[in-house]
Amino acid sequence: MNHPILVAENITKRFGAFVALKNVSVAFEAGRLTAIIGPNGAGKSTFFNVLTGAFAPTSGNVNYDGHDITGKKQHEFARMGIAKSFQITNLFPQLSVLENVRVAVQMRHSRFQLLTPRQSMKGLIDQAEGLLNLVGLSSYSSQTARDLAHGQQRCLEIAMALACDPKLLLLDEPTAGMSPEETLVMMDLIVRLADQRTVILVEHKMKLVMGICKRIIVLHHGEFLAEGTPDDVRANDEVKRVYLGQSI
Amino acid sequence: MEGAPSRTPYRLIATQVSRHRVAAVIAFLVVLPWLTPSHALAANILIFGLYAVGFNLLFGYTGLLSFGHAAFLGSGSYATGVVMVHYGWPWWLAIPAGITLAALIGLCMGYLVIRSRGIYFAMVTLALGQCVYFAFYKAEAITGGENGLRGVNVETIDLLGWKLDFQDPITKYFVMLVFVAAALWFVSRLLASPFGAVLESVRENEKRAAACGYDVARTKLLAFVISAAICGLAGALRALHLSIVPIDSLHYLTSGQVVMMSLLGGMGTFFGPFVGAATILWVEDVATILTKSWQLVVGVIFIIFVLFFPRGIWGSFLHWLGRR
Ligand SMILES: Nc1ncnc2c1ncn2[C@@H]1O[C@H](COP(=O)(O)OP(=O)(O)O)[C@@H](O)[C@H]1O
Ligand SMILES: [Mg+2]
Repeated sequence: MNHPILVAENITKRFGAFVALKNVSVAFEAGRLTAIIGPNGAGKSTFFNVLTGAFAPTSGNVNYDGHDITGKKQHEFARMGIAKSFQITNLFPQLSVLENVRVAVQMRHSRFQLLTPRQSMKGLIDQAEGLLNLVGLSSYSSQTARDLAHGQQRCLEIAMALACDPKLLLLDEPTAGMSPEETLVMMDLIVRLADQRTVILVEHKMKLVMGICKRIIVLHHGEFLAEGTPDDVRANDEVKRVYLGQSI
Repeated sequence: MEGAPSRTPYRLIATQVSRHRVAAVIAFLVVLPWLTPSHALAANILIFGLYAVGFNLLFGYTGLLSFGHAAFLGSGSYATGVVMVHYGWPWWLAIPAGITLAALIGLCMGYLVIRSRGIYFAMVTLALGQCVYFAFYKAEAITGGENGLRGVNVETIDLLGWKLDFQDPITKYFVMLVFVAAALWFVSRLLASPFGAVLESVRENEKRAAACGYDVARTKLLAFVISAAICGLAGALRALHLSIVPIDSLHYLTSGQVVMMSLLGGMGTFFGPFVGAATILWVEDVATILTKSWQLVVGVIFIIFVLFFPRGIWGSFLHWLGRR
């Protein structure tokens, strides 16, 4: 086993009286593609939001590369090399596809530069074009992000997440709302991305992740239920019970 | 940024105008005094146009609706007036004083308000704007209170031995235009810069901007301060133009007026604020002669545009050009 890059220890998250996560502890191995699965409402997105700093956990902490990152500000995550795409698409809708990625690329180079024309920073534009090429959106670069098809918007969001050259990429249901064809393209992209970095994939459709992940974590009712290889998980009685009636 | 390929002459014009937007606005302002019924109206449009440009940086480009911007126009005016009247500073040093005080007040207000959003942002800026109003109102010994600050007089301007008569309306207009032009150049550079891109991304989607690694609060704060400084310059020029600082420069109606100007002209466009300022002040100028209820006229025009042309006058025009 590689060293763990991200470790969640005893994470509990309450929304008022409702407990969305109960004492969840998970270690994510570096360089791997790990999936977090569970039925709708299992607490996957809540866990995702705690891991990526959008929510502070009620108790417990998150370690990244040996440092405690619990309670760090949102913008610090991208700077540490942790990037994400949200379950609900989050883009800059009125900007061009290229500009969406260019702004994201720009972060590592220039944040408070007031008087240089951005068009003169050709290197950033080249990098952005490279990322659009990677996710298959090269021919859409001058379109407005809002006008892209849903599946393309999801790919664009991933290109934006990649812009900070993350060591760790977290994706919350990247195939949500996609057609079967779009889903295949997305899964293929995720596998390619996982070659070069650690990827954590949140998904509720168990079938999708079975073929591509070596390790799967199952959440249910806010609790850690099982973890292991796809075969382990498939054979697990608890998991069968939770996913009752669905083919695993 | 309008970077679309130009296929028709209309598009070509639109692209050229947006590429040379500072020059285009200045060209308009150079001929303005000969278009308006009076030179005073042209000067008013110049000053309020700049005020709206500063406001629009925050509203149109960063997506923050402030209802307290009179605080910056007014404090710019008062600082300029006070250092001239009470301390005898020359006018050219009094202008930076106005900008500085407006920026400092912007920093304090921004610091307090930057974490609230939407309607709360608008309400808090309104409340803080009123605090500034009352502070200046009460400091009667320095500001003249209700009567305003009188005696902000500049007779002549000495440019290395070349004397200009500042009492001459056209001379005065063009001296002010030099400052406005410099501010427009700065704003245009800022909008085209990497920081300008960050402002737009914050306006478009704060959550994504933060996830990209941008510190949203600091970005907004800097935008707030720069916006305040530009409005401060407009205020400083207004003090020189009027020779007095009326207390109503800090009034919430003055804050509301700039919101109307931006919306009417076209928020998030470079020239829109000037179009909005010119329309409102011009209609006011003409309508006050014809009827006592000129505010009704302005109000009706405003409502028509907000309902049927939400992009504003200039925004709708650009949109129309782009589709030709
Ligand atoms: N901000 C919130 N406030 C209150 N309850 C929430 C909030 N976010 C999620 N929940 C609740 O927590 C539970 C887990 O939600 P979520 O993490 O989105 O599940 P999943 O992503 O696995 O479908 C759900 O019952 C949901 O209603
Ligand atoms: Mg979810």
